[in-house]
Formats: sequence, structure tokens, C-alpha cells
Amino acid sequence: MTVGLTRRRFGQGLGAVVLAFSLRPGLAVAEGEHLPGSLDKNRALDGWIRIDRDGGVTVFAGKVELGQGILTALRQIAAEELDIDLERLRIVSGDTTQTPNEGFTSGSQSIEQSGAALRLAAAEARAILLDLAAARLGASAERLTVADGVISTPEGGRTSYWELVGPDTFRRDATARAAPKPADAHKLVGKSLQRIDIPAKVTGGAIYVQDMRLPGMLFGRVVRPPSYGARLLGIDEAAFRRMPGVVAIARDGSFLGVVAAREEQAIAVRNAMRDAARWQNGPALPDAARIHDHLKSLPARSEVISEKQGPVAAAVQGLSASYTRPYLAHASIGPSCALARSDGGRLDLWTHTQGVFPLRRDLAAALAMPEDRIAVHHVQGSGCYGQNGADDVALDAALLARAVPGRAVKVQWMRDDEFAWEPFGPAMGMSVSADLAADGGIVDWRYEVWSNTHSTRPGRPGGVALLAAWHLDRPLAPPPPEIIPRPSGGGDRNAIPLYDLPQQRVTHHFIPEMPLRVSALRTLGAFANVFAIESFMDELAAAAGADPVEFRIRHLRDGRARDVINAAAAKAGWKPGRHGDGTHGQGLGFARYKNHASYVAIIADVAVDRASGVIRLEKVVAAVDSGQIINPDGLANQIEGGIIQAASWTLKEQVGFDRKGITSRDWDSYPILRFTEVPEIAVELLDRPNEPPLGVGEAAGGPVAAAIANAVAQATGKRLRDLPLVPARVKAAFA
Amino acid sequence: MAEIVQITVNGATHRLSLEPDVPLLYLLRNDLGLNGPKFGCGLGQCGACTVLLGAEAVRSCVAPVGAIGDLPVTTLEGIGTAQNPHPLQRAFIAEQAAQCGYCINGMIMQAKALLDHKRDPSDADIRAALADNLCRCGTHHRIIRAVRRAAREMQS
Ligand code: FES
Ligand code: FES
Repeated sequence: MTVGLTRRRFGQGLGAVVLAFSLRPGLAVAEGEHLPGSLDKNRALDGWIRIDRDGGVTVFAGKVELGQGILTALRQIAAEELDIDLERLRIVSGDTTQTPNEGFTSGSQSIEQSGAALRLAAAEARAILLDLAAARLGASAERLTVADGVISTPEGGRTSYWELVGPDTFRRDATARAAPKPADAHKLVGKSLQRIDIPAKVTGGAIYVQDMRLPGMLFGRVVRPPSYGARLLGIDEAAFRRMPGVVAIARDGSFLGVVAAREEQAIAVRNAMRDAARWQNGPALPDAARIHDHLKSLPARSEVISEKQGPVAAAVQGLSASYTRPYLAHASIGPSCALARSDGGRLDLWTHTQGVFPLRRDLAAALAMPEDRIAVHHVQGSGCYGQNGADDVALDAALLARAVPGRAVKVQWMRDDEFAWEPFGPAMGMSVSADLAADGGIVDWRYEVWSNTHSTRPGRPGGVALLAAWHLDRPLAPPPPEIIPRPSGGGDRNAIPLYDLPQQRVTHHFIPEMPLRVSALRTLGAFANVFAIESFMDELAAAAGADPVEFRIRHLRDGRARDVINAAAAKAGWKPGRHGDGTHGQGLGFARYKNHASYVAIIADVAVDRASGVIRLEKVVAAVDSGQIINPDGLANQIEGGIIQAASWTLKEQVGFDRKGITSRDWDSYPILRFTEVPEIAVELLDRPNEPPLGVGEAAGGPVAAAIANAVAQATGKRLRDLPLVPARVKAAFA
Repeated sequence: MAEIVQITVNGATHRLSLEPDVPLLYLLRNDLGLNGPKFGCGLGQCGACTVLLGAEAVRSCVAPVGAIGDLPVTTLEGIGTAQNPHPLQRAFIAEQAAQCGYCINGMIMQAKALLDHKRDPSDADIRAALADNLCRCGTHHRIIRAVRRAAREMQS
């Protein structure tokens, strides 16, 4: 999509006046040298930046807006390095016909990857233009200044980006050799600039794919099987063709859909066909009550992912505990949606996917079309928090569009489609044991985690990752699940403690078989691993008779880690040695996301009602170090959102299922945190202007869960190790 | 059977030939081309589709067009525009009260109904009024601040 209006204010010189640095000539990139961020795989400079004839500048990003404010942050970065006013800058994002291929927008990496690339590309573009200006104005580049794209000499010579640029100026490979501005020269970066997408979102502007309307557009809906693996035995298609508004009924194997003139007509036919279709059930699901035992009983590929051995003090006591998390749903407020038009062997697709290029690959495989006949355009959708139905509905729309060539078809999933068919965040089990020395120090740590994969996204060879492809007459199977490589990891994300322990052994049991469909959900395995590690740290601190803050600090050498813990403790009024009064408690949780991204410490205050079993989360204090801050308010927005979502996971959420299928199908059967339940939140940002900026969207998740469980333990003396902490579980703990 | 439905939306009266059981949401989005009300659940559970019917906030996904009668419908577009925003819309921008923003239509329309009969709501009033409007991005605090800000602005 394209956003950002250009105002023609050429020559007004309202932008920052900044001294120029020129490109040092003769610095080519060595063979095999890696470039930072997404520049490495997308080196063409003109793939990132274009100086437009109309006085604007367009930058191209492969990352997409998911409601996290990324386009605003990327514009800040690019305008900063280019020394142009923000109003001049357009950004085009996520389009297979126009933008670099930056894979998926995921893992809180957009600032690290896209931001780094755009920053270097913009700095280089500016340096190239300055060298051209120096030649034209007969001045050395060091003496030039730039203000809103206008380049001047002290003697009054003037030219501009728009006068200097030619068609081939940026037709070269980026070298990443032009130094970006130092942090203290920043005028836009570091500011809480307003998000560019919000005005349309609060006034009913057409900004979502759901709001797209193409001429002659039709509406599609799909009838999904009653359960995983069910097969469509029969349906009297002709009867439904006669229903009002029907333009086409599409059936291919167990894939069944309708295209109608009006949306409510498509829905009516979908419901009628669902009720009339005869299905052969798929295999039974495992017993929900014993799902973690079941997962552990499946074949696993086990790997020791961290092992440390050293001289240790004698152990005086040992502790062990096991923790679980359930399947969690993305539960986007807006069900997934896509628009497709198939015309003369060409397919155009508008989608809120997190990765237009990987999606195109799987669409091509599913539709048996060459990739270059498919154009995938990103348009915003409802927040996704990982892989929801976005990619699947894109194939649904493509299949239905093929039934009505030349006509655009918009498909939005119904609420129960989204809940029953989205890939869930996997259920996980964690076991940990540790020994303590007489001085209370940890001398040995053994940790095991059991998990399915945390990504079954499209774009991988060996199959098609899109739902409808599995239901076709000639089904295309999904590719085999893969272990997500470390250091980021999947089920083992954050399984290695950041604490400095003299002896440790961390084992990842990767379970290939997936009883429920799973894929990436915000934080991947980190949520559960941090919940387990940080819960257990409190259990150890209690056994050692130590204060949880002091106990963690004692085992941490990393200064930035210690700083966020101390900052959170100070802000929350942490009192060492405080005991719960049976109802109220305070708890701490800490992590460095992925062990190489943002540091977050959370302190939660809870009140536990023993009679009802309800845990009221009263307050959450967060201290965050995400390196250099690009947009403080945007960062706070992301952190607040991450805290509330993680609190919701912790206190309320688990995907329900029985032998026959998924039973969470609406907001009653999958409740989330409401306005009357959200805690007060206070966020402290520790700015590190000279450290690289780090993504933060996911960093608070694990620490929130642990802080809540630790607060409950402090309040009541009861340790809850199985998520979610729903009233029935809380009551059972007191029974 | 299709009937002629007469309906007033954002001050304009429309006559449409429709089945009376068509949910209002589809008339608004697809016949009138409005974007504000969103499909979230179609079950009356989430609030994304909220509009005003008279002074009342209603869920347009479960309100059949045949039951609207003479009451005027107001959507997000009807209270203000990007150029001339309603104080609530201004406040949501000022507080940057959106992440994905998909829920925000419902938040603003529900808050409008609240402020229309309670000029100076407490935080608890706001939370209670929005209790059945779901937000998955966790934008709740900004939304509460925006409603408070709008209330202040509308009083002065
Ligand atoms: S869409 Fe109407 S309440 Fe959810
Ligand atoms: S802002 Fe995304 S659902 Fe509320």
C-alpha cells in the first residue's frame, strides 16, 4: 500500500539544515561481505528509494503495517537520513510488483531489518546526491548543507535532489558505506510523531482490505469441514445454485465455496451448504484434559541446546517443577479477508498477509501458476499478532475468483472460521530443576521444553502451507514442520536463561506431529519459557530465603538487564522481603526477548479472591530497554498492547477442543480481557541512543505471565504452574 | 421477499430494495459504501459494527434492516470527517488511540452514546460503557484517555 501525502513545498527550506557528509569514493563491497539488515538480500539502491519528479520522495519497504506503526517509524528514519520534510515522503510497502523482498513482517524485527536497510540506503542516496551537487556547484561536498532536499553552499549556490537526480543515479548496488547520522543530530528519529494511518482509522476512511471495493465486485464465502481431516462426501450443488444472488458454487474435492452478488447472500448460502453437506469425519483429536501428556508421548527430536559445566559449590538443596501453557488463538477482532481477481492467466491479490513474497510462492504452487503471473499487494487488515487466517483466506479468494474470471471477489472469514481454522500458538510443557549452594546461589540448572514447531508459514519448499490446498481433490500437503534456527528459535525461544549460571543444560524436544494446527503467535515459545524460568526463579529465591529482585541481580552480569529490573522495582515501589496478606501480592518477571533483543522487566500487582477464584490484575509496571528509541509514543503503545494481550493469555485464554474438533468458536467460548479487567499500566523507557534500535512488540509477553503468577504466589503462598490462571484452577489450588 | 426499505443514514434518506432480514451492517457497508462499521463477529459479541440508532448504540451486525423503522442511523462517518473531525475523533488522534484500529469504530460510537447522556463520565463509567467492546491489540488505556479528553473538550 502507499501512504503519505506529498505537499508541494519545494524550496521553502523548512527541513533541518544539516552539514553534509559525502561518500568516500573507492569503497566497494567485498565479495561475500554481508550488509546490515534487509540490505543484504536486496542490494539495488533504487529498489529502496526513488526521487520523484513531483517534488516527492518514495521509499519502498518489504515490511508491512500490522497496526504496530512501522510505516510511521520507517518514514521517520528515511526522512531523517535524506534531510527532507516528512510530508514529502511516500512509502510503498509489501507489494510483489514494487518493493524489496523482506520476507515476513514478524518477530519484532522490522526496525532491525527494514529500518537498518532504509537508514543506510537513505544515507547513501543522500551522499550520492551530495557528490553530484558538489560537482555542479563547484564546492567540496563537506561544505554543502541540506535543508528539505535543497543543497546549498555557504556562498549562496543552490541545487536540489530533484534537479540532480537522473534515471540511473541510484541504479547501483548499495554499499552501506555512507555513515548514517549520529544520534545527537537526529531531528525526526526519537520523536513521538503521530501515526499516519490513524486519522483514516478513526473517521471511516477506506484503509483496510475489508474496505476495498472494486468495480463489479462479488462476495465469496467458504464452507469449511466440521473438523481437521474431514472429507466432503456429497452436496447437491445444483440446489444451491438456485439460491438468491448466487453467481458460482465452487467445489474441488472438500473445498466448497460460494460467490454471490451480495455479501449476506453469500453468507446465507454458506450456512445452508454447511448444514446440508455430508462429511466423513477426520481422526479424533487427543483428550484435551491430558494434552500435555499426549504431546510428550509423541516422537520428538531432542537436542541439548545449551550446556555449561564448571566448578561449583556444593549443593545443599534441589528443587524441580513443571509448567504448561495451552493452545492460544490469535483471535483477531476482524476475521481474515482478501480480494482476488483472476483475468487472462493473471491473478491480482489484495491481502493483509505478513509476507507478500512467501504467500505468492505458495499461491503459485497451489494454483499451478507461474509466480510472475501473480501480483500480491498488501493492504492493512485487523491486527494479526502472528499467522492468523490471512494467508489462507488469500487462497480462498483466489480459488473463488477463478470461478468468475474477470470479476473481483472479496472473501472474509466468518467468526467461527477464524477461531476453528486459524493456526494456534502451540501448547507447551516445561520442566526445570536446579540446585542451590549454601550461599543461595544457583549451582546447577536443568531445563527441558516440549513443543511443536512455531511456524508453518507459507514460502517453504516441499508443500503448500495454505489451508484450502489440503482440501482439494488432488490435495497438496503442507511442507514438513521445521525447527526454527537459533539464536531466535521457536519452541526454544528464550529457553536458555539469561542468568549467569555455572552449570546448565537446556534441552529442546521438538515434536513434529501436530494434533492441532499451529503456527507463529506473538513471542513464539518465549512466552512459555519465560513464564517457566521466571516462575522458577521466584521458587528458587523463596527456597534460598532471598528477595526476588536481589536473587535475579545476583545471577546477572549484563548491566542492561540489571538496569531494567532495578528501574521496574523502583517505579513499582518494590519492598524487599514483603509478604502477601493472603489477597494482595506483587511479582516480578524479566527477560531479554530472544536473548538478543529488548530487555523488559515487569512488576504486577494482583488481588486474589479465594472464594470466586478470580485474580484481579490491578497494576503492571514495565521498564523497557529497546536500544535507541525511534518513536517513544509508538513504542509505549506497542508495550502497553503487549502487556494487555499477555495478561489476557495468562488469566483467561485457552483454545477449547474435544474429540470431534475445536470448540472455541466465538467470543463466549474464547473470552479475552475486557475494559473492566485491564490493569493500570505504567511504562518506563530507558533510552539508549547509541545502541541499535530493537523491536519491542513481543518483549513483554513472558515477563507479564511470570509476574502475575509470582504475584499470586506472594499473595497466597500458592504456586500456579499451569496457564491460564482461570478461576476454576485458582479455586482448585485452595481446595 | 425483497421489500422497499426506507432508511435515514447520516442525514440522508435512502430507498432500497432489500430482504427485511438483511443485517443493517451490509446495507451500510455494501449499499452505501460506508467503512466505519466493521464486521467482527456477526454475533453481537464484539462491538466492531456499532452504529447509533437514534441516540442508542446498537450492533448493526444483528439489527435487521426491516426493524429499523424511522429512527435515524448515524455511523462513524456521520459524526465527523478527517477534515472536520468530531471531538471524539480528534481525541482518538491526539491520544494515538489505535493500533490496528479495527475495533475503533465501535469504541467511538459506543463512547458517543455514553457522552450524549453523561457529559462527565468517570473512568469506571467509561470502562463499564465499553465492557462489551473488544480490543485485541490492547489499546484500552489510550481509548479511555481519548474518551476522557473528548468529554473535557465537549464541555468547554
Ligand atoms: S460484528 Fe457486530 S458485534 Fe461483532
Ligand atoms: S486497536 Fe486493534 S483491535 Fe483494537
